[in-house]
Order: sequence, then C-alpha cells, then structure tokens
Amino acid sequence: MSKVHLYVLVAVLTLLGLGIFLYKAYVLNLPLSPRTPSEVWNVEASISFTAKGGPVKVSMYVPMSTRAYGLVDEHFISGGYGLVTVMQDGNRRATWSIRDAKGKQSLYYKAGMVRVRTKAPLQETERPKVEAPEMSEAALQAAKALIAEIKAKSADTPTMVAELIKRLNKAEPDENAKLLLGPQPTLKKKVQVAVNVLLVADIPARMVSGIRLESEKYEFSQKTPLLHWLEVHHKKQWLSFDPLRGKSPVPDDWLRWWRGSESLVHQEGGEQLRVVMSVSPRIEEGVVSAVRRGQIAEPLLLRFSLFSLPVKTQAVYRVLLLIPVGSLLLVFLRNIIGIRTFGTFMPVLIGLSFRETGLLWGALLFSVVVAMGLSVRFYLERLKLLVVPRLAAVLTVVILLMVGLSLITHLLGLHRGLSVALFPMVILTMTIERMSVVWEERGSTEALISGVGSLVTAALAFLVMNVKVVEHLVFVFPELLLVVLAITLLIGRYTGYRLADLYRFRALARS
Amino acid sequence: MFSLMRRFKEVGVLAINRRNADYTLRYNRRALYPLVDDKLLTKQLAQANGIAVPELYGAIEVEGQVEHLPDIIRDRDGFVIKPAHGSGGEGILVVLGQMNDKFRKQDGRIITLDELDHHVFRLLSGLYSLGGQPDRALIEYRVEFNPVFDSISYQGVPDIRIIVFLGVPVMSMVRLPTRMSEGKANLHQGAIGAGIDIATGRTLAAVWGNEPVEQHPDTGRGLTGVQIPDWERLLELAARCHQLTGLGYQGVDIVLDKDKGPLVLELNARPGLNIQIANKAGLLPRLRKVEAEHEALKSTAERVAYAREQFAASAA
Repeated sequence: MSKVHLYVLVAVLTLLGLGIFLYKAYVLNLPLSPRTPSEVWNVEASISFTAKGGPVKVSMYVPMSTRAYGLVDEHFISGGYGLVTVMQDGNRRATWSIRDAKGKQSLYYKAGMVRVRTKAPLQETERPKVEAPEMSEAALQAAKALIAEIKAKSADTPTMVAELIKRLNKAEPDENAKLLLGPQPTLKKKVQVAVNVLLVADIPARMVSGIRLESEKYEFSQKTPLLHWLEVHHKKQWLSFDPLRGKSPVPDDWLRWWRGSESLVHQEGGEQLRVVMSVSPRIEEGVVSAVRRGQIAEPLLLRFSLFSLPVKTQAVYRVLLLIPVGSLLLVFLRNIIGIRTFGTFMPVLIGLSFRETGLLWGALLFSVVVAMGLSVRFYLERLKLLVVPRLAAVLTVVILLMVGLSLITHLLGLHRGLSVALFPMVILTMTIERMSVVWEERGSTEALISGVGSLVTAALAFLVMNVKVVEHLVFVFPELLLVVLAITLLIGRYTGYRLADLYRFRALARS
Repeated sequence: MFSLMRRFKEVGVLAINRRNADYTLRYNRRALYPLVDDKLLTKQLAQANGIAVPELYGAIEVEGQVEHLPDIIRDRDGFVIKPAHGSGGEGILVVLGQMNDKFRKQDGRIITLDELDHHVFRLLSGLYSLGGQPDRALIEYRVEFNPVFDSISYQGVPDIRIIVFLGVPVMSMVRLPTRMSEGKANLHQGAIGAGIDIATGRTLAAVWGNEPVEQHPDTGRGLTGVQIPDWERLLELAARCHQLTGLGYQGVDIVLDKDKGPLVLELNARPGLNIQIANKAGLLPRLRKVEAEHEALKSTAERVAYAREQFAASAA
C-alpha cells in the first residue's frame, strides 16, 4: 500500500466530509453550536413546600409572550390541585388551590419559549400616573437630594437613569445612596431603590423580574437565579435598563417573567417554600427551525438528517456518534503520546460511562471495582481454574461487586454511587483479566502503569466526549466523522517517535 | 524535546510505530505468524530443515494422548514440558532426572507421574496460553547450558537474541537473568541485556533497566568482553531462520548447549526494541543498509560475512 494511495484517500474523505459540512452549515444554515440563538428554550419552575393540613393556595407569576420571546407551549403538573390562570396588571398569574393537603407537596411548571425577531416598533402607551412610593421622611429627603445631583448631570430621562444606576452601583456610594440602599444591597434592592427614586422624581418606573436564557452554562443551570431590572417610561414607551451597567435596552436573552415588585410565589397553608427555576435549550427545534427558515423546500440532504429518526433512536446515536471521536483521541494518546492502556477501546467505553456517573465518581467507582476484582482474580489464580470458567467467575464477582457497591452507597446516602450499574461489566471483567495477566507476567509496575494509563485516557475521552459542542457537531453533522476517519488513517501511518519513546530510549541519545 | 528527537534520528533509533509500520507489517506476512507463535510448528519446521533445536521427544495435542506421556519420556534422563503457545516462561516444567516413576524437578522437588499428567492437562486447557485457547504440549530435550555464562547469570536461562532482517543478522544481545528477574531472561523484568559485537561475538556494554552496568549485580563479575563460543555457527543458524519462516524481520532466540552447541529456542515475529539500548546503537541505519543491499547477497555465508563486516561495533 503506497503512501500516495493513503493520502488520496485521506484527501477525498476530508474534502467530502468538510464539503457536506460546510454546505449544511453555511448554505442550509444549520446551527454550528448548541448556542445558536434560534433556539427554543425550556423554562421550568418547580415549587415545593410542606402543607400544614387544610386548604392550600399557591399562586405564581408565569411568563407570557414578550417582544423577544413567544410562548410556544406550557405544562402545569399539579396532582389534585385546581388551577386557574388570570391576567392581572399586565402579568399572568397561575393559582393552584386544594381544599385539604398535608405533607410534602410539589408543583411544577414548564414552558417552551421561542425567540422571535420582530421589527415592529415598541408599543406606544400613555404616560401612566405616578404614585408616590411609601418612604420614610429621611429616605425621601435622601432621594430628593440624589435627584437634584443627577438631574444636574443629565440631559434627559435615559441619561438620568443611567447616571442613577451608576451611582447606586459605586463601590463606595455617597451618603444619600447609602442611606437608601442600606448595607450590602441585593440586586433586587438596588432595582427597588432606583424605581422609588425615579417615582419620587415623577418619572414612571417599575421593576421587572425574569431569568436569563443562558446559553453557555445551561448544562449547569440546575438552578437559574432570578434577574431583576428596571423599566422606565419615556416618550410614550417603556424602556428597559440593565441595573448593573445602566445600558438600555437589556440583552436579548433576558426573559421577562413578571412586572412589579411582588415576589414570584405567594402561598397560604404551607411552609418551607422552595422555588427552583431552570433553563435548558431544545437544540433539535433549533435545527428544525433552521430547516424551516431554509428558503427552499426541505433539501434531500436534510431528509437524511438524524432528526428524521424517532427520538429514542436519536438518543442512541447521540452517544454512538461520539465513540469515533473518543477513539481518535485514544489513537492519538497511544500512537503519538505513547500512553499504555488495557484493551484498545476499553478506555473509550469507560469514558462513555463516565458521562452517566460523573468524572470523579466514575474514576472512583472504576478504581474500586477493578481493585477489588483484581484481588478476587488473584485468589482465583491460586485455584488454578480453567480459562473460561475463570472468566465467568470473574464476571460473576464483578456483578456482585457492583450490586454490593450500589447497596452500600445507597445506604450511605451517596446516590451517585448507584450509577456503578452503568459500567459495562464485560469490559470491566476483561480489564481485570488482562491486568492480572500483565501483573503476573510483567510485574506490578507494568500493570499499574497501564491501569493508570487506562484511567487517564478514559478521563480525557470523557472530557472530550462531554463537550456539548462536540456532541452537537457530530450529531448535526455526522459527515464530520469522515474527517475523523481521515485523521485516524493518517495517524495509522505515523512512523515517527512517540513521546514515550523519548524517555524509553533516552540512554541512546547520550552516547 | 525536538532536539532529543533530532538526536534520535541521528542515532537511528527504531521506535515502535516505525517498527510496526515499516518492518513487521511490511516484511512479516500475517499468514506466517502461526509458524513462530506455535512453538511446535516452529520446531517441526526447524527439524525438517536441519536447523539445530532442542530435540523434540514428543507432543501431546489432545487430552486423549496424555496416556502416551510415559512412552515419550521413557529412558529420558531429563526433559522439558512446555506449552506451544506459552509466553514469558509460564507453564514450563523442567525435569532433571527420573527413577521409579518419580521425577526430580529443577527446584529439587520430587513429583509423581500423576502430577506430571495433571500439569499437561492444565496446559492443554490453555492455562498458560495468552488468549486462553486450547494449547499443545511439547516434550523436548533439556538443554545443558554451556558454562560460559555461569559467572554472569543468576539461575535461569541466559539466551542470545539476534535480530535477523532479510536473512542478515543485524543486532544481537545476550539476556542474563538476575535475582531481580527471578531467573527470567526478560529485560523488563530485571534481566540484564548485554549487546554483542556482531563481528567478534564479544559482549559490549550492558544495561540493567535503563542504566548501564559494568558487573552482574548478583555475581559481581564483569559483563563486557565475554567471548561467546561458536559465534560464526550461531550467526549462520540465526540467518537461516529467515528462509525457514519467510518472515523478513524476526528475533531469533538461541541457547548454547554444552555438547550440542547453539540451539534455536524460539522465533519472534515482533522482537522488542530494547536491544538498541543494550548495544548503544540504533537499528535504523543497519536496517536501511540491508534493505538497500540485501539482493546482492546470495548465500547464508555471504549474509553472515556481510553482517560481520558491516555491523562491527565501533571501537567504543
């Protein structure tokens, strides 16, 4: 097999893969990363509390379509509760009620918000009447003094609001601001103060609360914090202001949930109220909406898209398509770096199961199972068993170990420990078998080096396969695997030194 | 790091990627591997071609044949039972002598015929073969070691490894067991590797682990300048193994018998690379030279003469 042949093959694969990829990305406009802003977002709020027995009433603001986001669908999950939603002062409010409830209760709200891009001008509204806020005399004086200062330094309402926000956010606010804010003011307090000051100055203002549809961090946004900002009426329009930077309008990814200074949830008849909000994107719909945005009817290429498969099958491919990427990393680590591992693809498969267990727990559970399995395997060695029964015995022991670990960690309340069941036990068995053979034949050092090498490789494979962008790219653009294949073939003909060779043969460089 | 790589290139260090891609994959056809992986096949082939090996007394291929064991070992003073697919010296049983159906093992223990049978049964089941596939048992002549290495090895079997490329011996070393290697001749288990000058058959510098050593750590004797007897015959024997198997790049392991001279113990289609450290020299320049010039060499004698001339150790 000549090298030219290989290079031609590699070039063809690369061109084909990249060609289809570029066409899909730039002509068909499929999103390149999971955070392309054409997504539909899931926003969720779950409310939990302990009912004292007797009637319970819980009301919560729920989002509605805004200029930036349209409400696509919503679900209320509330076993046994009656539900009404009403409009109230420009907000939507859902009220759950039940005649008699006791013990732990949980209510759940989920909505899909799609980003819309209207070019329509802001709606014009009449200037509302300003009602003086309730403030102490001292606070009122401070507010008035503050207003006098900022009025002198601004030309119109927007610049005045910006100046006010700047003063409220100073590390060392002046006397008046300090008096209004109190010690260590929260974001909500700052917004509240700004609203009050503006009302005192006879400028219509209100607080707005919502959440940020954060794209980078959605994976970790188990809990999304509430955001608060400011709306000020100016020239027949409500303008929004970022309460930290003073910019107007607020960024596009801020979703308004409700207006006013009321709190999100009101509840009667219960205690220990807990509200958790979370946000996650629906990537698929991002792609589908990209298809819809495509000027032409669905092109043939997209009919072959993985999105046309049933969702369950899609989920399988989401994982399967990552394996070549992990394998490429493994090939690199073994043939260019020179890390020793057990089994060719064992680390990739272990890395894959780390996706379920989490890295630290995964590494810990893996080490524990292998170490314990190894000691049992050494004991079996003394019995001089035949090969197949010995393997079957080790497999049985591995499964028993997994059961044992699950039970122990469950009793200890460590729920992540349960995920040990997700390890591929046959792979673990083969790892234990090979490790013990190497241990016997080449000594403990060799066995441990390869063992640690496997674990490190598995961890790295996990880190690569766990990158959302990677997962997104191979799933939306599976043709990129042709490029992965091309690189793998190239490394297959790499005849240079491995990094580990430099250490191994270092004595030869001395002479 | 890059300067180290450049230095390696100057020395011509052959590392694993290149060995696999440019030598074993190119010159060793996969179909030929069983000839060296199965020691019984190797031995039968060698005997048929007149290559000196420890004489095969008999082989046991299936459980039903174990009853023939007494016939095979009758009147043999000592013998060795080894698995055809064994590796790393596992499963080798050395018997020094027998009397009245009792057998004296190398470690001095006495065992019965039943115990011998049991060992063969376990061996046949694949206990010592790497993949665990069913194995075969070889019963062969027990080598009486030439005393030349007695002073520089600790128990075990010192053997001479010669890398033969396209019929030309290119590099050689002797592997000397130590207490640390537990009598085994594997470098990574702690055996000493001493390079051998292809031209003269004298040992050059030696390495233990990755460090140079002057004396054997257990016996305290000097390791350099030891003359290996029968060197010419040894090289010829190794060179002829190329025609034997058809493998272009192989390692030939040879032991020295007191009476019978050099005997081929086994062949290796993927010989290790540490031999370069023991010789303080890279394999690549030698391999490239042979690649370019081997077609002019017609006979084994020519190839050996070529090797002795070209690959003499510089006066280092």
